[in-house]
Amino acid sequence: MADVSKLTPGQKVLLQGNEAIARGALEAGVSLAAAYPGNPSSEILQTLADSAHSAGIYVEWSTNEKVALESAAAASYAGLRGMASMKQNGVNVAQDFICNLTISGIKGGLVLVTCDDPSGVSSTNEQDARFIARVACLPLLEPATPAECLSMMKLAFELSEEIGNLVVLRGLARLSHTRAGVTPGPLPEAKPRPHWDPNERWFTIPVVPKHQVMLDKLAQAGKILTAAGVNYYDGPVRPELLVIASGSSRLYADEARRLVGANERVGILHMGATWPLDQELILEHLARAEKILFAEEVDPHLESGVKSIYAQQVRELGLKDFYGQETGHKPPIGELSPSRVAGALADILGLPWQETDPSYLEKAKAAQALVAPRQVGFCPGCPHRASYWSMKQVLAADGREGIVSGDIGCYTMGVLPTGYQRVNAVHCMGSGPGIASGLGKLRGQGLEQPVISVVGDSTFFHAALPALVNARWNNSDYVLVVLDNSATAMTGFQPHPGTGATAMGQAGTVVDVEQVCAGLGLPYAVVDPYDLEATQEALYDALQIGGGLRVLIFRRTCALVQGKQGGHPWRMSVDPELCRGEDCGCNRFCTRVFRCPGLVFDAATGKATVDEVVCVGCGVCAQICPAGAIQARPKEATA
Amino acid sequence: MKTLKIDPLDIVVTGVGGQGNVLASQVLGRALLTAGYEVTVGETYGLSQRGGSVTSQVRVSSGPVLGPMMPDHRATAIVSLEPLEALRLLGAYGHPGVVVLTNDRPLRPLGVLAGEQSYPETDELKATLEGLCGRLYWLPATAAALELGNHILANVVLLGALCGLDLLPIDASEVEAALGEMFPETKMAPNREALAKGLALVREV
Repeated sequence: MADVSKLTPGQKVLLQGNEAIARGALEAGVSLAAAYPGNPSSEILQTLADSAHSAGIYVEWSTNEKVALESAAAASYAGLRGMASMKQNGVNVAQDFICNLTISGIKGGLVLVTCDDPSGVSSTNEQDARFIARVACLPLLEPATPAECLSMMKLAFELSEEIGNLVVLRGLARLSHTRAGVTPGPLPEAKPRPHWDPNERWFTIPVVPKHQVMLDKLAQAGKILTAAGVNYYDGPVRPELLVIASGSSRLYADEARRLVGANERVGILHMGATWPLDQELILEHLARAEKILFAEEVDPHLESGVKSIYAQQVRELGLKDFYGQETGHKPPIGELSPSRVAGALADILGLPWQETDPSYLEKAKAAQALVAPRQVGFCPGCPHRASYWSMKQVLAADGREGIVSGDIGCYTMGVLPTGYQRVNAVHCMGSGPGIASGLGKLRGQGLEQPVISVVGDSTFFHAALPALVNARWNNSDYVLVVLDNSATAMTGFQPHPGTGATAMGQAGTVVDVEQVCAGLGLPYAVVDPYDLEATQEALYDALQIGGGLRVLIFRRTCALVQGKQGGHPWRMSVDPELCRGEDCGCNRFCTRVFRCPGLVFDAATGKATVDEVVCVGCGVCAQICPAGAIQARPKEATA
Repeated sequence: MKTLKIDPLDIVVTGVGGQGNVLASQVLGRALLTAGYEVTVGETYGLSQRGGSVTSQVRVSSGPVLGPMMPDHRATAIVSLEPLEALRLLGAYGHPGVVVLTNDRPLRPLGVLAGEQSYPETDELKATLEGLCGRLYWLPATAAALELGNHILANVVLLGALCGLDLLPIDASEVEAALGEMFPETKMAPNREALAKGLALVREV
């Protein structure tokens, strides 16, 4: 990412939402920023890390989101400004700390950024993390544009410091990855020196009076946010339809009313601050419209909040028609879009609305029959393909219907065809070894199936450790396979404890997976998953041993990282004389079963070929071809 | 703010993860912002390097800031690094007048490679695209890029081609300047050649 501390104040530049959040934090004088990588939030911390030296701040990839927020809170107690950024799942990880922090309070401005992922484009769920604002009574800001990402970050720090509590800024995947014009402001001249006054103490007891203080802070935040003007109305004085919207949905609503030609009939109440809700403002606008539509993603946060405010004043306001999730005008699942909002507006206002000529739509829809879905899968050369190939072979040979408990990372795609659908369950970071731990204790009740838990090297440190200690302690019977590709590959190759590098590019201390295993008293072995024979032998043997938890580390650097480090050694080719193709024997074993995108079946000749643009030359497929037709030659020799 | 002939000007840039469409849309966005327009570039990625479809939306206006997602079936142009992806996107953003520029080189989805699904014959794919757009530019962008020494330059070839049409309010030199902000001068020579090649491709059509 770019060093955003070098931007020229006053000069408009194209910035990604996540970069604008980072710049906003720098302008607010953040001193410590921490995060665990997770799309769509990852670029925030990466941008801050790449700006850290010139901005003179400390930036860290932490082992998980809870630790990240705790580190940021430390800065706050030392009188500095801190922040933690995460994806929606991370809020769950940090939640226990958040729900106590909000009672104990904070000193220096402290901001939590959550980047939610409606439609789950790069997530295992599409959870709406705004719940945390209600649960923990925290002020919540929702920007709609990169420019607002910057300005609202500054506001969030000011607000946090003024009320003495954490403030949440919620982004969305679309916003995180949207680039638009942003005009940076100045950076602060100097920051205070960190010092924790020993007379200041931060804890939650006595709980009840401090609970009241927490509520008072939220009320105070409401007043500050009203004065800040982040909620505003745009439209006719008495609109026929009022849209109450937040986040990107504000822009969709604005575009939708132009699309259906209803600029004079539709007003939009832009909610930049969505907790606490500005009751006075909402009542004022409810009084001026008879119909109200909600536009937000994903949960009906505004919808339920506004209806609750309405319920208190229903006598004064009279009957209103509300449209939203409950009426089907806002989908309960997935993203919103300008077209979906336009459809809702047209329906409510009785306007004609068509996206384009209906005969075109019919034709375009029919043509989609030609378009095969493009399922995601492991990259050419990915060590995970080789790892799952070995697990598939070994579990088949073992014959006891072995179970693979999955986890979070690129290797989650073990549930898909390029992982041979070998993974039986995936939930959240670290839940794989936990589920395996429970399964491995069902032996006494007759469970005979072998159990494998797969976990990536970064996930190993994030949340797997407590489950491993549990399994060790209780003598649970399973094999932990650490898919160690020496990177947090899914989210953009961030370093982690096992690599020893840090966010700011300095040498940290390598926390060695083997040493951790040895420390826990776990037997372990290291294999290279590219070597199918050795891997399969080690895995088969480990499954037969039984007893307690034992560990296999499948170690091979991510194929993309290998590509950047000089690439793979092999030039692959198929000998057409040897390839059996469809005619006899293997029934396209390499393309049909092994499924590397570097291998293409040429229907014209009935033989497999190598796509030279796609193949990286890992050499694994040469080991699976039953006819020995796929051949690996050193690149140098053939160049 | 400058005025636009087509306002909003909505360009979809699509392809398969790893083909460089996010970079192409970013270059376009920078060039248009520098030229004084309001620009929003919406990117969809996350699994982008893992064989999935990746789409960016470059939205240009002279007025209000636009959201990251364009309305369905209203794209001005679809620029595709892979021909099947162009057809996929027409199902979401196409209309009778849309301009389609596509690379002619197929990247077969995994299901096709595994023999479970089929990929249309070139003639059928081309004819279907033609029937669903106002103008089709079927361009050998990967072949042109390989002539320059690297298949990854196909994205810049297509940017050059886009500059050769009458759609953008900027020309190739402005796109080149934006590329220059993102690449060191040592890497600019092939980028310049790729832009020129793209321009030449549409002039031949």
